[in-house]
Amino acid sequence: MHGATWGLMASTFTASFVEFVEALTIVLAMGVTRGWRSALAGTAAAVLALVAFTAAAGYALSTWLPAALLQLVVGTLLLIFGLQWLRKAVLRSAGLKAMHDETEEFASQTAAARRVAAGSRFGLDTFAFVVSFKGVFLEGVEVVFIVITFGLSAANMGAAIVGSAVAGVLVLIAGIALHRPLAMIPENTLKYGVGLLLASFGTYWAVEGLGVFTGGRSLSWPGGDWAILVLIACWLATSRLLVHALPRLKPEVAL
Amino acid sequence: MRFLKGFVRFWYDFIIGDDWKIAVAVVSALAVVLIALLAGLGGTATAVLGGVLLVGFFVIGVVVDVRRS
Repeated sequence: MHGATWGLMASTFTASFVEFVEALTIVLAMGVTRGWRSALAGTAAAVLALVAFTAAAGYALSTWLPAALLQLVVGTLLLIFGLQWLRKAVLRSAGLKAMHDETEEFASQTAAARRVAAGSRFGLDTFAFVVSFKGVFLEGVEVVFIVITFGLSAANMGAAIVGSAVAGVLVLIAGIALHRPLAMIPENTLKYGVGLLLASFGTYWAVEGLGVFTGGRSLSWPGGDWAILVLIACWLATSRLLVHALPRLKPEVAL
Repeated sequence: MRFLKGFVRFWYDFIIGDDWKIAVAVVSALAVVLIALLAGLGGTATAVLGGVLLVGFFVIGVVVDVRRS
């Protein structure tokens, strides 16, 4: 197997891993406080909805959009996702935002779930069903976008799916075995790395895709695919500079 | 109507997230690069300009965010 394939699998694995951990935390909180039947029913419904969404989005993206427009659309989406993650990672590293903590998230979800009165429909607890459905669907759509965009752009959908599926299986096994949130996962570090990857690939593809407005051919970066490594280095250097400079702008709130 | 509101809210949360300035920074940077491209800037120079502007607009967005918070 080529290095590029391993890189693709590692990228989709890491990005999906973080999303699966977040979805697992929500489902665990609902299962523990409101009952497993409704939480798992919400999860199953979300998985079915995701399968339909993936088939429709994948078909539409690969069939109807010209290559350059596809690069522009998926590049812009990846950039927005990636920079949101990078912004949070920078603020956390600079001490300007509290670290994301799955145990804390689990505690806040379970406390909220206990406050809501029980209401049932079709024999299922409505609150647990809806919260599990929304949590799994929202995190799942992010995974789907990452897999589709990385898979289509690298012309290797199989490797992208394998990377993501392995992450899903590992998180599921860990969740079943531990029965509690995966607090030992260095989620903030993972998100920092994934943010850098998404921002770099997003920059590469979005700018290439602008060629759709001038004859429909993608623009070329100097150095071709090697430019992605330069972009990763640039985003890393920029984020480290921000981590050091931002606390000086707001010394009174630095944690 | 509630379904429509929920649908719009879902996609807003999904794409824009909790800081709209990031989306504005990305779209603004790409718009400036597109204008430069349509004005006749070469493909390679446009790519480099795109990278520089995206980094620059992101930095401005984060600095504004921190100063205002």
